[in-house]
Amino acid sequence: MKMKSLIAALLASATLGVVAAQAADLAVVSGDTGNGLEFLRSQLDRFEQETGNKVTIVPMPSSTTDQFGQYKLWLAAGNADIDVYQTDVIWAPQLADQFLDLADAAKDVVGEHFPSIIESQTVNGKLVALPAFTDAPALYYRKDLLDKYGKSVPKTWSELAATAKEVQDGERAAGNADMQGFVFQGNAYEGLTCDALEWVKSYGGGQIIEADGSISINNPQAVAALEQAKSWIGTIAPQGVLSYQEEESRGVWQLGNAVFMRNWPYAYQLGNGDDSAVKGKFDVAPLPAGEGEGARSAATLGGWNVAVSKYSKNPDEAIKLALFLSSKDVQKERAIKQSNLPTIVALYDDADIAESQPIIPNWKEVFQNAVPRPSAPAKVKYNEVSSLFWSAVHETLSGKGTAAENLELLEAKLTELKGDAW
Amino acid sequence: MTVEATAGAVSRTQPKIANELLKSRVGAAMWFLLPMLIALAIVAGWPLLRTIYFSFTNTSLSSLYTGEWIGFKNYLNWTTLKSGRTVFSGLLVDPAWWNAVWNTVRFAVVSVSLETVIGMIVALVLNAEFKGRGIVRAAILIPWAIPTIVSAKMWSWMLNDQFGILNDLFLRLGLISHKVAWTASADTAMTAVLIVDIWKTTPFMALLILAGLQMVPKDVYEAAKIDGVHPVKVFFKVTLPLVRPAVMVAVIFRLLDAMRIFDLIYVLTPNSASTKTMSVISRENLFDFDKFAYGSAQSTLLFLIIAVMTALYIWLGKVRFDGGDR
Repeated sequence: MKMKSLIAALLASATLGVVAAQAADLAVVSGDTGNGLEFLRSQLDRFEQETGNKVTIVPMPSSTTDQFGQYKLWLAAGNADIDVYQTDVIWAPQLADQFLDLADAAKDVVGEHFPSIIESQTVNGKLVALPAFTDAPALYYRKDLLDKYGKSVPKTWSELAATAKEVQDGERAAGNADMQGFVFQGNAYEGLTCDALEWVKSYGGGQIIEADGSISINNPQAVAALEQAKSWIGTIAPQGVLSYQEEESRGVWQLGNAVFMRNWPYAYQLGNGDDSAVKGKFDVAPLPAGEGEGARSAATLGGWNVAVSKYSKNPDEAIKLALFLSSKDVQKERAIKQSNLPTIVALYDDADIAESQPIIPNWKEVFQNAVPRPSAPAKVKYNEVSSLFWSAVHETLSGKGTAAENLELLEAKLTELKGDAW
Repeated sequence: MTVEATAGAVSRTQPKIANELLKSRVGAAMWFLLPMLIALAIVAGWPLLRTIYFSFTNTSLSSLYTGEWIGFKNYLNWTTLKSGRTVFSGLLVDPAWWNAVWNTVRFAVVSVSLETVIGMIVALVLNAEFKGRGIVRAAILIPWAIPTIVSAKMWSWMLNDQFGILNDLFLRLGLISHKVAWTASADTAMTAVLIVDIWKTTPFMALLILAGLQMVPKDVYEAAKIDGVHPVKVFFKVTLPLVRPAVMVAVIFRLLDAMRIFDLIYVLTPNSASTKTMSVISRENLFDFDKFAYGSAQSTLLFLIIAVMTALYIWLGKVRFDGGDR
C-alpha cells in the first residue's frame, strides 16, 4: 500500500516534472523566534523571483522539542505537504531515513562549510541536511551596570554570582524592584539540556555520554556544577526561570531587567533594535568557566539546517530551495540582519559582516570549541537521554533531591536505557 | 449503549405496544443510527483497535508497517540474569507510568470535586428568578466555549511571573509581596492547572446541573415552604436527592474528560515527572521518543483504566442514563 502510493507519487512527479520545473508550490516550516519569520520571508521572496516557484512558510512553535514531535509525526505519515524542513543540529541521526540525500546536489558547496558541521549532518554516508547557520551561546552582560559598580566581566561562575548579586541588590535598592541578576533557560525542555551541559562541561564534568558511548554524568564535578546552578535560583535568578525558554529570558533581558543573560547569538541583533531598552548598553563574552580540574568555558553547539522531505512532490525544486537557504548569500544576509553565525568559513573574514556584527568574527573560536550534545553516540535514543537529563537537572534546581542523588539516579536510568548498546 | 437505553425506555413506558410495530420502529432506528455507527467505527473503533494491536508489537514510528508481534513484552517482560536474579521490565512495573497514573487520578479527583461543588452553587444561583438571567446564563458559558489550548496559552501569559497580569494585580492590591512564579515549580504549576481547569469547566457542570434542577417539580418546594422547613434542609433533603441523577451523569462526563487531560498540562507546566499525566507521557513515548509500541501500550492501559473506572462508578453510583434513579 505504502509502496504503491510511493510509486504513484513518483509517477506523478515524473509526469508533472516538466510543468513543475516551471513553477512549484513549496512549503517550508520555521519555528524561528524574534523577527526570524520576516527575515525568512524576505529571502523566500528573492527565491520566488529567481526561480518562479512559490514558497509558503508554515510557522511552528519555537521549542525544538515541540517541533520535533510534530515533524516526526508528519514524516511517519508520509506527509507531502511540507517540502523543506528546518532541522536542529541534533536531529540528523533520528530522522535520517525520512530525508533525501543531499550529497550529490551539494557536492560543489559542501567544502565551503565547516567540516565538523557537515559531519554532524552526515549519517552513514548520507548528507541529511545542509547547514543554514550555527549557534553557540554567549554571556550577555550589561556594560553600563558593570561600569557603574566597577565590576569586570566575570570569568568564572562564582564571580558571576557575586557580581550579579551585588548589582541586583544595588539596583533594587535604587528603585528597580524587578532587577534580576541572571536569566537563562530553566524550563524542562531541550534548552535546559544545552544550559546544563555547559555548566557540567565548564566544571570538567564530561558531556553526559562520551563519544565512545560510556555514561559519564555521575561524577563529583558534575554534582558541583549543578549545586552551583541550584544556588542561583531565588538569589540571582528569579524562581520563574524554571519555566523560561529562550524568549522568556530575552523578554526579561530586553526590558532592561537583568544584569546577565545566557542566550544564543540571535538575541544580539534584537537587543540592539530600536524598541529595546538595552540598546547599546550591552556586550557579549564567552560563558564563565567552572572550578576544579578540567574547568573551562564551555558552549553547547547548536545550529539549524535545511533538509528535504523524501515525500516532497517537487524534490528537485525543494533541493534548490534547500541549497538556496544554506547558500553563502543567504548566510551573509542572515549574519548581518539576524546575527546568526554562518557555517561557511570564508564569511568570518567578510568585511561587511565584521562591520555590522562585530560579535561574529570573534565567535569563530567559541563555536569551534563548542561541546556537541550526545546525539551522535545516543543515536535514536537521544531524545530520551536528553529528557532524562533535563528532568534530573530540573528536579535539582527545583529543590527535589540533591544533585548527587539525582545524578546517581540518572546514571542508573541511562544505563538501563542503553542496554547492550546505544 | 444509546441503542439499549432508547429501546429500554420505549419498552418500559409502553409495554403493551404491538410487537410488530416495535420491531419496525427499532428497525427504522437502526437505519438512522447506521451512518453514525459507521462513522464511529472509522474514527474511533479502528484507531482504538490499531493502537491495541500496536501495543503487542515492536513497531516504531519510522517503521509503522514492519512491526513484529512480541506478545505482552511491552506490558511485562522478565529476564533471568546469570546470577539467578530475575529482572522485570515493561509498562506494568514502570515507576514513571504509575507516577503519571497517580498524577492523573489526583488531578481528576480534586478538579472534579471542586467543579461539582462550585457548579452546583452556580446552578442554584442561575435557577433563581432574576432580571437578566438569560444573559448571565449565556455569559457564564464563555470559558467553556474557548478552545482549551487557547485558554491555556492565555492563562500562561496571565500567570507569567514577570509580565503577567495576575502578579501585577495582586501586587497592587497588596496580596503578595513579590512576584510569584506560578508555573515554574511543579507544585504551584499543578495548582495553576487546577485553577484554569475549574475556571473552564465549571460552566459545563453548572449547565448540566441546572438542567436537572429545572426538572424538579415546583410543588415540592411549595409543600416544604408551607411546612416551614429550613432552606438548608430543603436543599439536602429535597433538591439534592432529586438532582442526584443529573449530577452523577455530569460528574462522569467530567471524570472521563479529566482522566485524559493533556493540553493544560502540556502548555502550563514544566515538563517534569511531578506533573506528567498519562496522556502526556504516552504522547512523549509515541512521538518524541523512539518507542511507538510502548506508547501504544500506555494508551491502551489509559483506555482500560478509564473504562474500569467508569464501569465501577456506574455500578457503585447506580447511575442510569435515562434520567431515572434505581
